[in-house]
Amino acid sequence: MIVDNLIDWFPTSAAWPGLTFIVAVILCAVPVFIFIAVYALVAIYGELKISSFIQDKVGPMGQGVGLHAWRWGLLQPVADALKLILKEDIIPSSADKKLFILAPFIVFIGAFIAFSALPFSQTLIIADMNIGIFYILAVSSLGVIGIILAGWSSNNKWSLYGAMRSAAQIVSYEIPAALSIVVVIMLTSTMSMQGIIQYQSGLVWGFLPNWLLFNNPFTFLAFFIFFISGVAECNRTPFDIPEAESELVAGAFTEYSGMRYAFFFLSEYANMFVVSGVAATAFMGGWQSPIPGMFNTPGWGLFWFISKSMFLIFMMIWFRWTFPRLRVDQLMDVCWKGFIPISLFNIFGVGIWYLLIG
Amino acid sequence: MYRDFGTVLIFAMLAIVLVYVPLFIQSLVAPSQKTPDKLDNYECGEEPEGSAWVQFNIRFYVIALIFLIFDVEVVFLFPWAMVFKEMGMVAFIEMGIFLLILIVGLAYVWKKGDLDWVKYNVKYGRGRYRQKASQTEGEAVGSI
Repeated sequence: MIVDNLIDWFPTSAAWPGLTFIVAVILCAVPVFIFIAVYALVAIYGELKISSFIQDKVGPMGQGVGLHAWRWGLLQPVADALKLILKEDIIPSSADKKLFILAPFIVFIGAFIAFSALPFSQTLIIADMNIGIFYILAVSSLGVIGIILAGWSSNNKWSLYGAMRSAAQIVSYEIPAALSIVVVIMLTSTMSMQGIIQYQSGLVWGFLPNWLLFNNPFTFLAFFIFFISGVAECNRTPFDIPEAESELVAGAFTEYSGMRYAFFFLSEYANMFVVSGVAATAFMGGWQSPIPGMFNTPGWGLFWFISKSMFLIFMMIWFRWTFPRLRVDQLMDVCWKGFIPISLFNIFGVGIWYLLIG
Repeated sequence: MYRDFGTVLIFAMLAIVLVYVPLFIQSLVAPSQKTPDKLDNYECGEEPEGSAWVQFNIRFYVIALIFLIFDVEVVFLFPWAMVFKEMGMVAFIEMGIFLLILIVGLAYVWKKGDLDWVKYNVKYGRGRYRQKASQTEGEAVGSI
């Protein structure tokens, strides 16, 4: 949508349509990258501080001179980023070099292109494609290829174990997540992200905003299945068995250092935002205001979307410091014997609910 | 339409550039003093023992196979969900039959024990396998 507007706005669009299109997309993509970087810095700082407060510590405070200084350790993530760029770039001599180098690119592409369909506000969506939500589900699982490549090419036992576990986990939890999205599409009859949000305007039950979360008991259940599966797809605790520090060092990324590692890290945080953004769009009304009919201008829309996503990211961080890690067999049992039967049942439930009650 | 997916293509190409530029900067500013020890694989400080490229447990393959079946099923569900409201009861019954077949498949896989990560087919199990092994001795051996 933004791309279309930019193309119409450029005076050169008639003469060189192709070139104008490429320039318009680049003008969209660079702010997205800046957004991801800034968001990652905020999220890393938030994670450090929230974890510290939960454990009754103060977290980074930075009393010294230099970059660690400044108040409340606010520059801690910046110092981390600088440290990572100054690290020696090491590729193990026994690794498969080509695949080792390729892996962070694939993981980052998977995380980055998902942002092109996220609806930040009424007007702020880079490409409002008609299969938006399906597209995001598809590309967000691209990262698993990169993780397998990283684990296999490192020629390291920790990496291989981490990668295999990660792949098994991500592909398993993709199914309940997608089945929960099917429930949403059954009610909205559209796969466009903006269409799904527009469906959720107005009131339901007389006083609640008409978010799908509150629409009926089955969508309420579907939200939790989707969100928990999303946490598992991001390899976050309590589903962090692929990179359990105390067992597998750093999982698939054990051999990576410097910027290569930084991009895995960045992609992980970007994926958290994508999962939260999709959950906010599909179940919590995206840019719709919580008070129907008020605060619904595009500016407020951006605010609501970001705050809903950030709230869900806060939940993920909260989970991390609240729940113990699941064992690998429990992890698979939760997915295959818990979530998948429940979400299949959910589809029947929503179907009957719609046919009987409407 | 071509604008939507052309955007995706350019985004993907730009992502490559955005990863490459910091890597390039790192190669300029970061030190590089490679030694054979540094380039060794990490194995908790020990000398790495053999290669990691070994045969891997088959259960990952089984999970991948089951995933493939269910993922294709989910792809079939999406177009159905789009027209569900238009077609109402007919669509619901048709997809109910389709889902029922898959649920039977899931129940079969479940009963067969392919969803269990740890297979309790140890004849003289110790520790946490002991109780299960004594319960299911005889019948579980066939489900490898």
